Amino acid sequence: MFKTLAISAALAISPVAVMAAGGESLVEDFEFSYEGPFGTFDQNQLQRGLQVYTEVCAACHGMKLVPIRSLSDEGGPNMPKDQVRAFAAENFEVFDAELDDFRPAKPVDTFPVSNDVNAPDLSLMAKARAGFHGPYGLGINQMFKGMGGPEYIASLLNGYHDAPECAPEDFDGFYNVAFANGGYPDTCLDEDGYRTVPGSWISMSPPLTDEGVEFSDGNANDVRHMSQDVSAFLMWAAEPKMMARKQAGFVGVLMLTILSVLLYLTNKRIWAPIKGKDND
Amino acid sequence: MSGIPHDHYEPKTGFEKWLHARLPIVGLAYDTIMIPTPKNLNWMWIWGIVLAFCLVMQIITGVVLAMHYTPHVDLAFASVEHIMRNVNGGYMLRYLHMNGASLFFLAVYMHIFRGLYYGSYKAPREVTWIIGMLIYLAMMATGFMGYVLPWGQMSFWGATVITGLFGAIPFIGEALQTWLLGGPAVDNATLNRFFSLHYLLPFVIAALVAIHIWAFHTTGNSNPSGVEVRRGSKAEVKKDTLPFWPYFVIKDLFALVVILAVFWAVVGFMPNYLGHPDNYIEANPLVTPTHIVPEWYFLPFYAILRAFTSEVWVVQFASFVTAGIVDAKFFGVLAMFGAIAVMALVPWLDTSSARSGRYRPMFKWWFALLVIDFIVLMWLGAMPAEEPYATWSLIASAYWFGYFLVILPLLGVLEKPTAPPATIEEDFDAHYGKNGDADSSASPAE
Repeated sequence: MFKTLAISAALAISPVAVMAAGGESLVEDFEFSYEGPFGTFDQNQLQRGLQVYTEVCAACHGMKLVPIRSLSDEGGPNMPKDQVRAFAAENFEVFDAELDDFRPAKPVDTFPVSNDVNAPDLSLMAKARAGFHGPYGLGINQMFKGMGGPEYIASLLNGYHDAPECAPEDFDGFYNVAFANGGYPDTCLDEDGYRTVPGSWISMSPPLTDEGVEFSDGNANDVRHMSQDVSAFLMWAAEPKMMARKQAGFVGVLMLTILSVLLYLTNKRIWAPIKGKDND
Repeated sequence: MSGIPHDHYEPKTGFEKWLHARLPIVGLAYDTIMIPTPKNLNWMWIWGIVLAFCLVMQIITGVVLAMHYTPHVDLAFASVEHIMRNVNGGYMLRYLHMNGASLFFLAVYMHIFRGLYYGSYKAPREVTWIIGMLIYLAMMATGFMGYVLPWGQMSFWGATVITGLFGAIPFIGEALQTWLLGGPAVDNATLNRFFSLHYLLPFVIAALVAIHIWAFHTTGNSNPSGVEVRRGSKAEVKKDTLPFWPYFVIKDLFALVVILAVFWAVVGFMPNYLGHPDNYIEANPLVTPTHIVPEWYFLPFYAILRAFTSEVWVVQFASFVTAGIVDAKFFGVLAMFGAIAVMALVPWLDTSSARSGRYRPMFKWWFALLVIDFIVLMWLGAMPAEEPYATWSLIASAYWFGYFLVILPLLGVLEKPTAPPATIEEDFDAHYGKNGDADSSASPAE
């Protein structure tokens, strides 16, 4: 049973296993403000990301696990409560079982589910993908660069290129150098079955276009900037308590370090006479 | 309780005497906490406290998590996210519990390998060792079932693969697997029983831990020199030992807090580092993940499971002599459980007259190789099932069995151990010097 599974899994999506050889998916290590032990979310960036999500992504994708009210949370986009209420009502409709009809969304609702069955829910997308691996399966890269979920999303949004010459012209989907698990034409494999071009073919058409979204703060709205904004927003959506967690981490490590020093001194004192180091 | 002579609790006040005559619980606690402990214990003897702490932490965080978790295939994934987003401090509870399992296993591996190096398993501590192995097995079952509860992709497919192992048992396998799962496949019945057992087993572990401690408090702790505490008189005992409180309690607490500082940093700054991103995708029986990888602490045994394919001659031979009853799949399962079984039998496989590895010149090298072998197996377990990893897995698995079944029995005959110190006191004084001449850099606190 196990072997069958392993083999079928390997056959179904052989790329990842072989990827290292020639066709690695290209994930760029974007800089984000929240990286590292002390990094924090940039509220303005999260709000821009929310705008991109609402105007572009939400056409197909949903975020069913994220409550709209959390947009006003500290450590997140931190929007005023009335602004969140207006935002919810203006942009989203949810189905209300009591009314047996759709009504404008309220802050207590979650973001709507995906409109398109093929569009995965984005609530946890930034944690459900790893942009960085290895080396050699050791995971050391992830220790220094992070898991790379948001980097993967940003790279994917920037990863659309003209299809390589090896692919048939009518091959399904859009060629994307960052997308790992999509379709892949046999004509792009070498004689050993290894991939010759990075990435694979994704069914989502390029979602972002330069100046497709107009930011009120006048921030740059080319694809590269918008992709980073929306990735940061999705990281917040996946890990809304990140800033509180890091603070708890910092305080905890500090306290434990102080306690360990006290215990070290206590231990030394207790053992001194036993170890013959007692001079008094 | 202890076989080592020492001062026992004497009730003094009227109430103490009244209680002691009816329930000697204070005496039990006193004898446990004041147990004479070899004074030469080194820093590898701190993992027991770390393990006890982990068990308590996992039970406390787990009980609170269970108050907010819903064991149902349609609701489990969302209920974990509810804990992460809406429950006060829920994200810390969940990350502590999740990474707590990793700390638990890290500590148990350190504890086990310490025992293997210093011969802690040898007579008269075989029962302590066997109970310890039972605890380890119960931990593996608990860890595995706990990983299923968030109902992510790895939860579901891990459960499918591991319960599939039972299906490999000849004749009764399929019926057994159906019985374990509560149906033909991993589904709601499976999730419910795993939740129930995941809640139950930690208390079984707690009981086993009590027996584990009872056993080694009866024989006395082992120690790095492998020499037993002299038991002729209380005065002799005092030369070799110190009471557990305060000497070892404070020492262990210091080590625990240092380890917790690192642990807390992992929880605070990189809580998902040891996890798998696929487990943030809700379980979907129709989509198989590219790689089904267990948690890091199962990887060495997972590598052994996968190493024995039908191309290996041992497997073909086993299949031939059993008329096909032992096929490659079943052989892999036997190898995986066998890898733990040989470890459990080590008190009888190690024939050496010396206890501590410190005084065994050849053993040291074979043991170092075993540690490397374990780490290599861990790495191979995470690699795809293809060449060259398959061959390396086979070699590394062979060494694991070879160490326990061939090398250890032979070393007892071939190796000439060096002389250990005559007493624990001698060993301790050799490190620290009785007259304060060993280390002048350390000055007293006053």
